[in-house]
Amino acid sequence: MAYIEMSQVAKTFAASGGSLREVLSDVSLSIGRGEFVSILGTMGCGKSTLLKILAGLIAPDAGQVTIDREVVRGVRPSAAIVFQNYSLLPWFSALENVRLAVGAAFPDWPRDRQRQQAVRHLESVGLGHAIDRRPGQLSGGMRQRVAIARAFAIEPELLFLDEPFGALDALTRDSLQQELARLCSVAGRPITTVMITNSVEEALLLSDRILPMTAGPRATLGAPVAVELAKPRSASELLHDDHAAGVRAHVIATLTEDLARSRSITRSGLQQAGQVRLTASAKAPASLAEAERRRKANGPAVNTTLAAEGEG
Amino acid sequence: MKRAVNAVLPATGVLLALIFWWAVSTMVKDLPSPLKTWEESKVYILKPLEKRGEMDQGIALLAYYSLMRVARGFLLGIAIGTPLGFLLGMSKTLTRVFDPIMQVLRPISPLAWLPLGLIIFQKSEPAALFAIAICSMWPTVINTMAGVRAIPQDYWNVAKVLRLSPFTTFAKVVVPATLPYMFTGFRLSLGIAWLVIVASEMLTGTPGVGGFLWQEYNSLIYAHILLAILTIGVVGFVLDRLMGLAEARLRAI
Repeated sequence: MAYIEMSQVAKTFAASGGSLREVLSDVSLSIGRGEFVSILGTMGCGKSTLLKILAGLIAPDAGQVTIDREVVRGVRPSAAIVFQNYSLLPWFSALENVRLAVGAAFPDWPRDRQRQQAVRHLESVGLGHAIDRRPGQLSGGMRQRVAIARAFAIEPELLFLDEPFGALDALTRDSLQQELARLCSVAGRPITTVMITNSVEEALLLSDRILPMTAGPRATLGAPVAVELAKPRSASELLHDDHAAGVRAHVIATLTEDLARSRSITRSGLQQAGQVRLTASAKAPASLAEAERRRKANGPAVNTTLAAEGEG
Repeated sequence: MKRAVNAVLPATGVLLALIFWWAVSTMVKDLPSPLKTWEESKVYILKPLEKRGEMDQGIALLAYYSLMRVARGFLLGIAIGTPLGFLLGMSKTLTRVFDPIMQVLRPISPLAWLPLGLIIFQKSEPAALFAIAICSMWPTVINTMAGVRAIPQDYWNVAKVLRLSPFTTFAKVVVPATLPYMFTGFRLSLGIAWLVIVASEMLTGTPGVGGFLWQEYNSLIYAHILLAILTIGVVGFVLDRLMGLAEARLRAI
């Protein structure tokens, strides 16, 4: 039995006007200990709901989740969650925000040690100079760094990331992605990570496996794709790599096919859009010079973001 | 230039009000003119801390008595109102239990509560506090409740994710998130408490601005009534400004 097992989970929400909206139906997945898995889908496909169910923030209507053979009924002590909107408490400084988490996770530690733990983790994300600032006095990137420090400060075995870099500008996003990969690798113990994202490149950069998610309502997961590349990876390396190109093509094809099938939009238009992307990224370059030339021609098309047809 | 305009405009308003007052006083026989009011009450203003008799005291002393009474009634009111607001904010069931009672009690005038207070407590001082507390607590209850309800889901999620204990959640998340709303409630409550003080002093005849007002009315010294009215207005205004400052500081966080 895998470390995380989700079997036949369904979730329905009451939509406006009293009607019901089935967001997830019959979703199953399994994740091994120490694995980094990305769930990739368009906006509004229900992947956030899926993550909240995995993390124990909300309960499924049907099916169940087990982690380490235990049925999930609430957030586990060994789990940390990072949200897209940082979720810091604005009346506390960066240090106090992290300390609150440390204090709750390690109530038996003396106050000094709790404080040191918080400071050390803020320093490890490069915020040693800003520990006394409040979230309102920090940039978006810095706030997300605090949130990441808070997540790692409780020394989690499980990390749930809900579009952690979605609200950041491209440059900040790149550096924070690298930071996250580094923190996972230096943790010294396996951290099982589930990340929600709508960026294929982000998923390629960080994950061992990508689970494409079909568009909701009634979302389910497509066939998983393994990313068999050595870590750490770099964005430019991924652009030229054959294996990455194959994974990218597969994932995009799964998602765009599904989009065209599940929505009553003009089919040809979508397939065209899909093909344009595929030709731009799927064909592997013949040589390094060729790749360089193509990269210049294409511009910085690093983040192949699937933001189409958002439903909020 | 702008500063001069800022000073002149409010002064113009005061001047117009004084002219209006004077105009009315020429038509109404018993209403003293502004000048006569000043002549007859300057001893209260120029010697604000002098005590000549139970009611015959400097205006600052009288205002002080009233303020102390308001402070006690107001503190009692928010001491009951704040926890009640938190409870109602966190429990929909409790809200449904208490909402009808609240809606009925809220519009009752202090003049109606006072006799009930006198019956229950037999003395005027606790009856006054009772009336002030029960009339002034509602804005605190309602604003605190609204504040708790307005806490974003994000903050509740933080509490869940960090697995904070109920007490820590309350102290570190719920209270700070509600504080700005609470203070708006406190400010409105203080305003009401100050309104109620006059009525309760008039009815119970205790020394203070309201008691003074009523006694001077009975003694037919109408200038002093105007003095008392102006004092009530000025003190109320200052109180509101002070609470406003405290509130602004909180919101700046």
